[in-house]
Amino acid sequence: MDWFDDWALTLAVFTPLVGMAIILLIPRAEEAAIKVVALLTSLVTLAIGVGILVDFDFGNTAKMQFQVDKEWIPVINARYHLGIDGISLPLLILTMVIVPLCIIYSLDHFPEPHNPKAFLALILLLEVGMIGTFVALDLVLFFIFFEVVLLPMFFMIGVWGGPNREYASIKFFLFTLFGSALMLVSFLALYFLSKRSTFDISTLASFEGAGITRGTQVLLFAGLFLGFAIKVPMFPFHTWLPDAHTEAPTVGSVLLAAVLLKLGTYGFIRIALPILPEGAQVWAPWIGLLSVVGIIYGALCCLAQRDMKRLIAFSSVAHMGFVMLGIATLTDFGVNAAVFGMVAHGLITGMLFFLAGSIQHRYHTREMSRLGGLLVSAPKMGWILGFCAMASLGLPGLAGFWGEFPAVLSAFEPSRLANGILGNTDSTLWTFRTFMVVAAIGTVLAAGYLLWMYQRVGMGTPKPEFEDAHIHDVHRPEWVAWTPLLLGIVVFGLFPNLIFSITNDAASSITRAFSG
Amino acid sequence: MLDNVWIIPLIPAVSYLLILFFGKRMPKKGAEIGIAALGAAFVLACITAMQWIDKVEAAVSKEGGAATGLAALGRSVVAAATGAPEVEPVVRGVTWWENGPAKFEIGARVDGLVVMMLVVVTLISLLVHVYSTAYMHEDRRFTHYYAALSLFSASMLFMVISANLLQLMVGWELVGLCSFMLIGHWWEEKPNSNAALKAFLTTRTGDVGLMTGIIIVFFAAGSFDISVVNEYALSPEVNHGLMMWASVALMFGIMGKSGQFFLHTWLPDAMAGPTPVSALIHAATMVVAGVFLGARVYPVFWEGFSIGGGGLNMMAVVGGVTIIVGAALAFVQNDIKKVLAYSTVSQLGYMVMALGVGAWLGAVFHLFTHAFFKACLFLGAGSISHSATHHSFDMREMGGLRKPMPVTFWTFIVGTVALAGIFPFAGFWSKDEILATADQGDFRIFLVVGLIGAAMTAAYMTRCVYLTFFGQYRGHHHPHESTPAITVPLVILAVLSVVAGLLQSAPFEIKKFQEWFEQVGGLPKEMIIPEFDYGLAAISVSLATIVVGIAAFFVFRREEHGALKGLTQRNRVAHAGYRFLERKYYLDDLYEGVIVAGVKGPIARGSNWVNQYVIDGVVNAVGRGSARAGRWAYDVFDQEVVDGAVNDIGRETALAGGGMSKLQSGRLQRYALFLLASVGLIALAVYIVNVA
Repeated sequence: MDWFDDWALTLAVFTPLVGMAIILLIPRAEEAAIKVVALLTSLVTLAIGVGILVDFDFGNTAKMQFQVDKEWIPVINARYHLGIDGISLPLLILTMVIVPLCIIYSLDHFPEPHNPKAFLALILLLEVGMIGTFVALDLVLFFIFFEVVLLPMFFMIGVWGGPNREYASIKFFLFTLFGSALMLVSFLALYFLSKRSTFDISTLASFEGAGITRGTQVLLFAGLFLGFAIKVPMFPFHTWLPDAHTEAPTVGSVLLAAVLLKLGTYGFIRIALPILPEGAQVWAPWIGLLSVVGIIYGALCCLAQRDMKRLIAFSSVAHMGFVMLGIATLTDFGVNAAVFGMVAHGLITGMLFFLAGSIQHRYHTREMSRLGGLLVSAPKMGWILGFCAMASLGLPGLAGFWGEFPAVLSAFEPSRLANGILGNTDSTLWTFRTFMVVAAIGTVLAAGYLLWMYQRVGMGTPKPEFEDAHIHDVHRPEWVAWTPLLLGIVVFGLFPNLIFSITNDAASSITRAFSG
Repeated sequence: MLDNVWIIPLIPAVSYLLILFFGKRMPKKGAEIGIAALGAAFVLACITAMQWIDKVEAAVSKEGGAATGLAALGRSVVAAATGAPEVEPVVRGVTWWENGPAKFEIGARVDGLVVMMLVVVTLISLLVHVYSTAYMHEDRRFTHYYAALSLFSASMLFMVISANLLQLMVGWELVGLCSFMLIGHWWEEKPNSNAALKAFLTTRTGDVGLMTGIIIVFFAAGSFDISVVNEYALSPEVNHGLMMWASVALMFGIMGKSGQFFLHTWLPDAMAGPTPVSALIHAATMVVAGVFLGARVYPVFWEGFSIGGGGLNMMAVVGGVTIIVGAALAFVQNDIKKVLAYSTVSQLGYMVMALGVGAWLGAVFHLFTHAFFKACLFLGAGSISHSATHHSFDMREMGGLRKPMPVTFWTFIVGTVALAGIFPFAGFWSKDEILATADQGDFRIFLVVGLIGAAMTAAYMTRCVYLTFFGQYRGHHHPHESTPAITVPLVILAVLSVVAGLLQSAPFEIKKFQEWFEQVGGLPKEMIIPEFDYGLAAISVSLATIVVGIAAFFVFRREEHGALKGLTQRNRVAHAGYRFLERKYYLDDLYEGVIVAGVKGPIARGSNWVNQYVIDGVVNAVGRGSARAGRWAYDVFDQEVVDGAVNDIGRETALAGGGMSKLQSGRLQRYALFLLASVGLIALAVYIVNVA
């Protein structure tokens, strides 16, 4: 399987692109053929992912595997360098699983205006960008994939979105682009300032910031921070998210929540922390602060929502706050929790957006005051909604808990070096311990908004306007699309080591620089 | 079985799935699966208990029975380890997750406390399962009900056998989930779903403390493992400050789960669930989880609250206050289930107070006996509503049920007497154990609290029994005795309410409960095991009896004379007191009206407003500003300065872009260009800064 080691990641990245090209060649009228090609492409990509899983050396997760390192743009020394370790792997597989499920779900839920060809082509293009970002080990390559993601999502929201789609899509695009611009500045500066002019992430990480003064690191980290934090999104750069989610078509929301947000947190772990360790130390308490503010603030905003989908969108702000809190502690506990949290949030919030979409499809509204009695009208869907609400509020035994609890735990004892500008380990310690308690309080608010949502949507009896409406319970494409996610939530909840054992060594190697 | 105790929770867990997926197709709609599963679990629990007892007795007899026969009379203070050999708990585990070099296990632990809980939980749950076949007959969601019951038992059992605190927390939360499902079983009606939410959110509020406490303990002791934690807390190198914070934090968890003042308000509302569920929640699962936690990592509290030193501590105070607060509220209820609910609050107060005054054995023993008589009382109340009042629990619609419902009546009386702590019923022995420890361990004030509580208990239960069973029937139905599925569990529980206390009855030279179940591998050595105190026992029993007598006198006489009748209407002070109790100390008004409404209302709306108008306002302003800047650059700079040829290319690009998406007018491209141009400039600036 030597050839597979060399080609697996390249295949994984570009198979969707080939599929997209084929779709573009098929006339728009031939919908069936388009659907088949799209589904097959995503399944082939998934099969490559399974191959990667089989071939991955789980005893050596800290090491970059399946590496390809070829000359690409010699004049700026940008290389075609791909590779994955224990941190990229779960996210890569998550992406590969989510995309076919989204395509299956779309098969009979195509949003208006009806244009499967463009829609599916865009999903596949999106997959190229997402997979590419998780496997790229060269800053230029990373940046390109990171930006490739923007375009299809922009069109998905702008063309297939809700009534306010124009505003939402432009906001999404510009906000993210603004962050990427500053991120690019930092990338360029890293190229010029590093010992050897290089964009290679592994090489830069191996320098551990040597040769860049502390002050410059702080500046460059700020650039990276803006790029990634907007994507996560962290308070106060989150306002594009609720609008984008509210307007996006269901599948767009699912992909946005399940994968796109993780590009930001992944960037922190893969690029910002290892390459600029001193910058990270200075910024860590501030990131922690924004994280816990996000946890509480996101939860409070959730409580004020009337639109179910907007509520779920705000809940992402809160949940990603836990992920970022874990990262901000600069500990192995925190980073492990962060990666687990990313996967769990992908599964759970992805599911919640699917449900919001299906509910809207049936009731033609997402106003929670008009909904109610889903358990009566469509019992199975009501149960699934309850299950996902419980998973989302971090119920132990389900996946969400393992992103949340270790993150809170890690804040009790952050890295001694995560001391910001205080330079005082003791105050760092107590700062983070305060964060820990605040984050723990966030879990109560999370239970509050999710259960209130469930009470209003799931419990009670149907409102008079829907009393006679025929509400279809979960139908087959939905079962197919949802079962893997639901199983994932349970299985990872019961056997968390399925993920922790993969991320652990890689996380330790990343946080080693901060353990002094 | 001692090595494979994990099978016990697994059986109901599997039963849950079976009922959920196949229950509706079974002849009894899934009830038979649940009953079979709990029956099997009960048998296995008994076998486990036997094997544990064998193990303990073998160890004891090897030591030549040093532990027995020490029951000297009087008030001599004897250390916890009365020379009895320590029997090691049986602990097994497998890797659950890992972090860095550390591996965390999930496992099963068997010791005295665990086997006692296993037997109680499986037994009560089994009886509730049987009882429900009649009580929940023709319920709209019969099968789901049974599925949830099974899951409830599985979660509780899983929690009980936890080998480490993290696992305990998982079980703890799952128990909370199940009570949410069951309290809200009839979720069509808003009050029921409100009660379910209230239960979940209140306990979750306490869980902030649980989570924080476990984290503190973890970093202090370096492990989640219960043996390690306990050993650490008793070792000389313990960090007292951390243990104190951990105790305070964990105490919040206990207050939420075990309905301690001031987080007790969810418990009475939880009566919205089906009555058998109330019995289960109050006797064997859910609310005893908090007390169980306290007993499980007792050394942490011992160290954190310096219990060995006597005096006031948070645990004892919270428990003591809860005894009185709960008992007082039980007086003013008209709903029989609410009387019992507040009675549970009060009794849980005894258990927590017991832990707080160093009476570990008393707390655990009271948990044990309370399970039987409280389950008996709840199921009795259910029997009445099922067969006499047509699903009403209002005592104003009852009365005179002594004749038509003899079995229910007599079992209820036994439960009441046991609850009131009258010799020789179960409650007497366990309550006495607590009071005697408080007395001998320099906690006199809590002894007084306990005695007052006992008197109040006797009084409100007399009122309850009178209103329910004596006088004239005030309902509009035809009361009759319930079917055997209901009465048999009642009788079993009544029998246990009589005999369970005898397991630890010093005058009869029986200390089996202590011998078998105090072996938990690591309790504070300085803990006091009190000697039986005849004087104290006589005081508490006669106090309870006198109060019963007085209370009975007044309630029986009320109708004819009315010295007290209408007192609360006539006397302003009495009326205010009554209102104060009726409004439940205004705690619900505070929580729901002020805190929850505040967070949901103004605070949440405020955050949303900030989001929409402040943060988003800035974002939009920046967007609009850039657009204006762009327009300015275009109009002034671009049009007038730059060559027209460049202009043309720009327009072509804009058109191409516009063609792709009719939504756009080229604005986006301009923003993008603008941004990317600035990138180059800033990059240059950073470069210069760093070089210079």
